[in-house]
Amino acid sequence: MAGASQFPIPQRPDTGRRATAESPVAKVLLVGITLVFFSLFLLLPLFVVFQEAFSKGLGVFLKTFRDPYAQDAIRLTLLVAAITVPLNTVFGLAAAWSLTRFRFSGRSFLITLIDLPLWVSPVIGGLIYILVFGSKGWLGAWLSDHGIRIIFAVPGIVLATVFVTFPFVARGLIPLMQAQGISEEEAALTLGANGWQIFWRVTVPKIKWGLLYGVILCNARAMGEFGAVSVVSGHIRGKTNTMPLHIEILYNEYHFAAAFAVASLLALLALVTLFLKTYSEWRAAEQLKQL
Amino acid sequence: MSKQKSAPKKPLRHSLPGFGLTLGYSLVYLSLIVLVPFSALFVKTASGGWGHFWETITAPRVVVSYGVSFGLSFFAALVNGVFGFIGAWVLVRYRFPGRRILDAMVDLPFALPTAVAGIALTAIYAPNDWIGGLLKPVGIKVAFTQLGIFVALTFIGLPFVVRTLQPVIQNLSDDVEEAAACLGAGRWQTFRRVIFPALLPSTLTGVTLAYGRAVGEYGSVVFIAGNLPFKTEITPLLIISKLEQYDYSGAAALGFVMLVVSFFVLLASNALQAWDNKRKGML
Repeated sequence: MAGASQFPIPQRPDTGRRATAESPVAKVLLVGITLVFFSLFLLLPLFVVFQEAFSKGLGVFLKTFRDPYAQDAIRLTLLVAAITVPLNTVFGLAAAWSLTRFRFSGRSFLITLIDLPLWVSPVIGGLIYILVFGSKGWLGAWLSDHGIRIIFAVPGIVLATVFVTFPFVARGLIPLMQAQGISEEEAALTLGANGWQIFWRVTVPKIKWGLLYGVILCNARAMGEFGAVSVVSGHIRGKTNTMPLHIEILYNEYHFAAAFAVASLLALLALVTLFLKTYSEWRAAEQLKQL
Repeated sequence: MSKQKSAPKKPLRHSLPGFGLTLGYSLVYLSLIVLVPFSALFVKTASGGWGHFWETITAPRVVVSYGVSFGLSFFAALVNGVFGFIGAWVLVRYRFPGRRILDAMVDLPFALPTAVAGIALTAIYAPNDWIGGLLKPVGIKVAFTQLGIFVALTFIGLPFVVRTLQPVIQNLSDDVEEAAACLGAGRWQTFRRVIFPALLPSTLTGVTLAYGRAVGEYGSVVFIAGNLPFKTEITPLLIISKLEQYDYSGAAALGFVMLVVSFFVLLASNALQAWDNKRKGML
């Protein structure tokens, strides 16, 4: 006990809280700042979309969707997502399988390449296809000779959407499959299962929540993409207008309530996406913990 | 044949089937979607000749747009660094009603289509609406000025710092904080000397990611920007206006400049992550 007098232990005033917690004042202040910042940048924009959508009453809101152009835009958006999401899901599965089950040179380069669309401007995502398929692009003359339209038509919109959304499924799967390892697949292999059996019976059940997570994000981006699609679309009403482009046209023509009505549909999609994303993230983490 | 040599070195290589099929498919897919179109961008940039390229990327109106795009993205990323840090800390360390919902909402800028965000932010900050109406008597204009672009870029960059920091704060071990407290450090001192240095690399990584996203952003900006030449035009918008004039090589040149900037942002982010991993290895 003599040591105590020789080396005085620094005395902290007894505040009734743990030494590794902030003071109540700091805590309230930090929570307050967070609430204000998040409300201003996250909750208010979301609230405004729905408020403005119904600002002219339910009648105007419903009338927006009776407009054939609005219906065409919704149909095109669904079509583009229906083509894009399966394509990118198959790619994501293939890429994740090759990247997490095997080691080969150029592996990290391939991962960087998959991340590329998240780094470049969506406008560049549209620009590159115009340079290939546009009237003055690489294949422009050949395509017009054969009467094939890609730019300012649905194939161009699909291509641009595929470009901006292809990382999502792969990125959702790679960290998960890396963490899960391959011992179960190898066990199946020694028991005589073939490749497809291993994939469907062993791998898919293991990764289903991570897969869902990637597919949801891919779908949300596919339905909501604006920059890349706007470059290649040509904005032809009833033909190449997706929902985000239709919103732009309505807005620029001062049909604000109608623009927000269409926007509210996409905002609803975003909310469903956030819910499913949070849920599948949680389930994927659970599944990983069980291992 | 180096078959016998490579077998023990790469044990994973041939254990499971499907290597050729999945890698081959991925490579063909990426070549068609990414590599071929991007090579068109490089060829088109070069085809205009050096003189044309230089003239395009140094035109006064374009140079102003660099300032708007790259400069405002920087400030937006900085603001996200500060508030994202606080937000991540609060979401991980404190319990309060509504925390889970707020946590899920952080990803809204990822999930909400940019055009929707664009018109919503414009409605909020236009001179006669919501916050715009409150700021008008004070003489602050947000929508259709550079301040508006800054607001939009802050919105879309918000998730990056929070989401990069959250797992790191979660994994921050209590030991070091307890040790600091035992040694007589006050909470602020512990934060400044112990917590903040540990979180700095991840914070910077998040800021870099937010910057990278903001630089290329188009949808949420065009509505609120007003798009006035020499004032509120962003570089991606100029690419589109060049395309509308069928100036493909001009558009490609500007696309090339943006690609170079994105490439350096990517390098910076990789360097920061390597630095962080090295520091973690030392602990």
